[in-house]
Order: sequence, then structure tokens, then C-alpha cells
Amino acid sequence: MSNIDITLQHQQGDFALDVTFQTPATGITALFGRSGCGKTTVLRAVAGLLKADQGHININGASWQHQQHFIPAHRRPIGYVFQEASLFAHLSVRRNLEYGWRRIPKTQRRVKFDTVVELLGVAPLLKRATHRLSGGERQRVAIARALLTSPQLLLMDEPLSALDHAAKQAILPYLESLHDELGIPSLYVSHDPNEVARLADQIVFLEQGRVKAYGAAADLLTRLDLPVASYDDAAAILEGKISSHDHTYHLTWVSMDGGRVAVSREDLPEGHYARVQILARDVSLSLRSHTDTSIINILPAKIVDTRDISPSQVLVRLELLDGQTLLSRITRRSAVGLGIKEGMTLYAQVKSVALMS
Amino acid sequence: MDWQPVWLTLKLASTTTVVLLIIGTPLAWWLAHSRAWWKHIIGSIVALPLVLPPTVLGFYLLLLLGPDGWVGSFMQSIGLDTLPFTFAGLVVGSVIYSLPFVVQPIRNAFEAIGERPLEVAATLRATPLDRFFGVALPLALPGFITGSVLGFAHTVGEFGVVLMIGGNIPGETKVLSVAIYDHVESLEWTQAHWLAGGMLVFSFLVVFAMYHLEKRLQRTGH
Repeated sequence: MSNIDITLQHQQGDFALDVTFQTPATGITALFGRSGCGKTTVLRAVAGLLKADQGHININGASWQHQQHFIPAHRRPIGYVFQEASLFAHLSVRRNLEYGWRRIPKTQRRVKFDTVVELLGVAPLLKRATHRLSGGERQRVAIARALLTSPQLLLMDEPLSALDHAAKQAILPYLESLHDELGIPSLYVSHDPNEVARLADQIVFLEQGRVKAYGAAADLLTRLDLPVASYDDAAAILEGKISSHDHTYHLTWVSMDGGRVAVSREDLPEGHYARVQILARDVSLSLRSHTDTSIINILPAKIVDTRDISPSQVLVRLELLDGQTLLSRITRRSAVGLGIKEGMTLYAQVKSVALMS
Repeated sequence: MDWQPVWLTLKLASTTTVVLLIIGTPLAWWLAHSRAWWKHIIGSIVALPLVLPPTVLGFYLLLLLGPDGWVGSFMQSIGLDTLPFTFAGLVVGSVIYSLPFVVQPIRNAFEAIGERPLEVAATLRATPLDRFFGVALPLALPGFITGSVLGFAHTVGEFGVVLMIGGNIPGETKVLSVAIYDHVESLEWTQAHWLAGGMLVFSFLVVFAMYHLEKRLQRTGH
């Protein structure tokens, strides 16, 4: 039973948390929402660092909390990465990494010390004192330290929020490789839509202590009834495979059953899984498939939903031939001009595609 | 030179420091972590010796521990000797008198660590006891050093409490400060000079060593 099943009620001063959601225990599930929406409280309850007033926490069929039953944090098979790396100041990097590792019986270790050290690129840091590390290095050590307990579930509380842009970009690939390489499912708390679009397989969307929606990331990010789709940098994510490389023009083609898109040349083998992000503002609509245009990504699509998001702009949700969804933000003038309505089929012209993994 | 008061003083200060570390550590931990409303009352009681004249403290201890006091009469009823004018009595008085000097630095150190490292340790499978000895104690080490040094030095320098409940029995309760007072009373200036000068040098060395140690610990990331 690879499943996370959570119901929690908790009162903390003025703040009331009342959440229920189920999500598959595979890949990364993002707990997403503005600060103060209760996402960290949920994470702390799953970790056992906080005892919610009421509810239950079932992870892969095991009960971690139910009525009087409460497993304390140190007996839960989790790894926890805090917002600040929180390395032990009295221990070297190596001793920090070994802290959890040594407390796991040998028979329960499912990851190799060297594998994790390698995966997060912390091998060169092992002998250093923790206060000699940069912010990004500290956080990588913290993630490695959590992984070394062979957790059944990795909990991450905005692990990138304390880092600058460059350090963030440097760590993201490590996070993306986690579930491919180690197969450890994660709950990932974030308020950053870009981060979520890039990492999440499932999303639990929280608002003021309640679950507004939950489900597959590709679906939730493009749902017009949720605020995410209206953000300026709203984006859809599409999944496909690397199909070919264009050496002349330095492009890599990503194919889906619903069409193909080109990204800048990437050194990935053909057939490799690819996840691409397409911003709503980069998608224009056309009634015919043009060839006399600079745009090379043209995907046939059907309109499934529309919504006016300002007096001048309309957001359109499109379904590709393979059922994946795309967002397009166009002017109201164009929408009226094209006669946009639900059920209509047309062509989505995608100006720019970003490959994420 | 009369070494007996010197040894007695060192013995008293060491015993007092050890006892204070044993009872002061859990007390400091509780004061740092408890959310009970009455923790501030306990905190104030612990800090009381800071402002109370030592003679007042000694006076009440004398009454309490004497044959007519609660503690004294209880001890006699179970067949024990009363504490005033014994070395054990001095230890009890010193422990109470020096309590804030040990508890306060350790409490501050525990508070400065905060909950986070302990939570991290919990998510890394450390049991509560394991967290205390493996994380809280080493991180609070500077506080323990400051507390021990202050507790020791403060006990060496006490006078009022000793005089009230210890008296002036050579080899049993006649500590340095009392000996100096004695020498001065009997106009033995040379002996007084030796002991007083020694104390001055000792006190300077203690304070100097403490600053030095704190600086070094700070540099290694504590």
C-alpha cells in the first residue's frame, strides 16, 4: 500500500488547521500554499515533532497517529530537511552525516553511505567544519544526512527558501534525481510555484488551514478555478521522452503522444524521460496550423475551459491529443476574434519550452 | 605558612561544584524548557542568593538546619547529627549560595541552543536521553565551563554564609576567607598578606582562563 492518508485537526492560538488528503507515496508530493496556510504544521505532524489535537496519519498502511496512538519522532522512519540546514555545530560534516546513519540498524540500511555522499556531491566537504560551508553546501549536507537514515518518507520544509538564486539552481538537479536514484517518496513544503512545477508529481493545495484541492501536479497547476493558473508565471508541465537530436540547429526533440516540442540541445539519451515546463504567456492560439511562422512547436489541442482573469486577458485550458493539459494566456480581444469557446479544436503555438529533467 | 585553610577551601569548592553540576543541570534544563507558569517563581528563588546578604542566608540556614529547625529536628529523629558547624553543613550552605552562578549560565546555554538541534536529532532517530547527552550537553559546553568556574570561584570567596553556619573550626570549617579575617583580627599581617595575595592571584587566573577558554570555544564553532 504505497499511500499517504492524512486527516488532521489542530488548534494553535488563532490558527485552525483542518485538513484531509490522500496521495500516492511515490515521487514528490508538494504541500503548496502561501506562508501561514498550515503546510509546515502538517509536515511537523507527519514527522511527529508536533502532536495534532485530532486525526490520523497512515503511511504505507502503517498508523503513525490515531486517537491515543502516537509514535514519537525518533521512532518514525522519516528523513526531515529543515528550512535552515541546522547542522550540528559541534560535529564535523562527516560526523553530521553519520549521526543518523549510525542509529539505523545495519539490516535496515537501504542506501549506501558512499552512494548518498556521491549523489549530493558532498564528498569533498567531509572533513570540513560545518561553519566553513556555504548555504548551498550546508543544505546538501542536511539532505544527505536525512537520506542516510534510509527513510520511507522524506519530509522537506522549503529546503531552498534560505538560499540565493544561484544556490537554488545548483541544488534543484539533486532534488530531481532523488526519487529516480533512490526511490524515496517525499512530502515537499513550498510556496514557490516554479519550484513546485519543477519538482512535484502530486500537489496538495492548502489555503488558510484547509485543503483547497489535491491531485496530480499537471492537472492542478492548470486548473482555472485555482489561483495558481492566474499567476503571472503560471505554467503547464508536460511529460514525454527524448526522441531525437537536431545537430544542425542544436535542438533536442521531446515527443509525446500528443505531439512534439523542441528544446535547446541537451545531452540526454534518446528514450530518456523528459519533463518540460511551458508558461501560459508563451502559448498563442491559431485556428490553422501555420508553417509561415518562427514558431516550431505547434500542437493540436481542444479547449476544455476558459476564464477571464482581467478585463484584458483570458486564460484558456487546453487538452492535447494524449490528454495532457496546456495553459494559454491571450488577450480578450484575440479570444473574441477567434471565437474561443469550450469544445473548440485549434492549434497551440508554443514559443518557448523549458526542459526540467 | 598555614596550608590547612587552603586545602579545606579547595575541598569545599570542588565538592560544591560537583554537587551543583549534578542538581543544577536538570534544574537549568527545566527552567529553559518548561512552559509552566510557576517556572518564573522557581527561577526567582534560584536567583535570590544574588541579591540576598550572605549573612541573611546563613542566618536562616542556621535556624533551619539547627536542632530546633525542621530539617535539623528531622535529621536528629532519624539518628543523624545536625549540620551546622560541620563540613557537610558548609557544603549545603555553599550549594545554595552559589546556585545561581551555576544554574544561570547553563540555563542560558540551553536556551541559546533552542529546540531545533534537538528536533533534528529526533528526526535522526536519537532517543530523548541520546539527544540530551549527544547534542544538548556538547552544544552547551561553554555554559557548563562558565558555570563550573563561577561556582567554584564564588565558593572559594564566600565568607558570610560560612561564618554563620560553619563557625571557625580548624580543619573542619575554617576556610581561607575566615582564616584571613582571623589573622587580621590578631594583627598577623604577614600571614594575612600571603593568603590574601594568593587569593588575588588565584581569582585573576580564574577569570583570565575563563575568557581565554570562551574565546577558543567560540572560534571552534561553539
